Amino acid sequence: MAKARVLIRPKEGILDPQGKAVERALPALGFEGIEHVRVGRMVELEAEDPARLAELCEKLLANPLIEDYEIERLDGAA
Amino acid sequence: MRWGVLQFPGSCDERDALHACSLLGEARLVWHEERDLSGIDAVVVPGGFSYGDYLRAGAIARFSPAMEAVAEFAAAGGPVLGICNGFQVLCEAGLLPGALLLNESTRFTCRQLNLIPADGTKSSAYARISSRRPTLSIPAKHGEGRYYAPGEVLDRLEENGQVAYRYVPGQNPNGSARDIAGVRNEARNVVGLMPHPEHAVDPLTGSTDGLKIFEAVAAAGVPA
Repeated sequence: MAKARVLIRPKEGILDPQGKAVERALPALGFEGIEHVRVGRMVELEAEDPARLAELCEKLLANPLIEDYEIERLDGAA
Repeated sequence: MRWGVLQFPGSCDERDALHACSLLGEARLVWHEERDLSGIDAVVVPGGFSYGDYLRAGAIARFSPAMEAVAEFAAAGGPVLGICNGFQVLCEAGLLPGALLLNESTRFTCRQLNLIPADGTKSSAYARISSRRPTLSIPAKHGEGRYYAPGEVLDRLEENGQVAYRYVPGQNPNGSARDIAGVRNEARNVVGLMPHPEHAVDPLTGSTDGLKIFEAVAAAGVPA
């Protein structure tokens, strides 16, 4: 089984209110100078056929209209 | 008219939708594992939290056997109404354009508001139109109802008259693009909206305008 991690984030230019809410909360906690916070999702999985991961992302894990994704192999393979 | 109302694990508005449909004809629930829609003239994909809304609202429900059947039903021209989570499911399934994102406020919203049936209306013109056209009083309740589509898609929707319903100016509860509350497909037989017409079918709850939306869908997707 191939281990992989999929990172899913809101597309550039799409308002991310979660990121904004986090950003607004930071100064009150003493964290100044932090900008452009974006909140996404991370999925870890093990796949028998890692060649199909991109298709899996397109069809289910991400909605390509609103999200970008990135597949990271955790077992050293490209 | 025989209505089929889908029911997923996690649906919660299917009973009200069933009641609304039963005021206009016969109605039955269609469990998500059912694949047979024979004898059904119109389909409602109801509100709720199908399959827990895990991953993204509607993302998993679109792969259910019942939704496969609905896709075929829609392709054959059958009228389909998606409400709230049902709208999200139809967008995820690619039966309607666009996507529904987290409300701009990040908060769940629950309020009675007014919708403009926006047949062929451009965003630049609808404020003027809304002041003379009757609006529909319908409740909305959702956390992820911000309608989004790329600008060129929105332009095309307006040009094709595919914007089915808009929030009255100033009442947009979620930051939806161009105040869009509901859209329909190019063939006009599939309609989805975030507000809940099934909760506005009895004077007891303040409005019966919701029935007009069901009637419009039954008449092949032409807005009330």
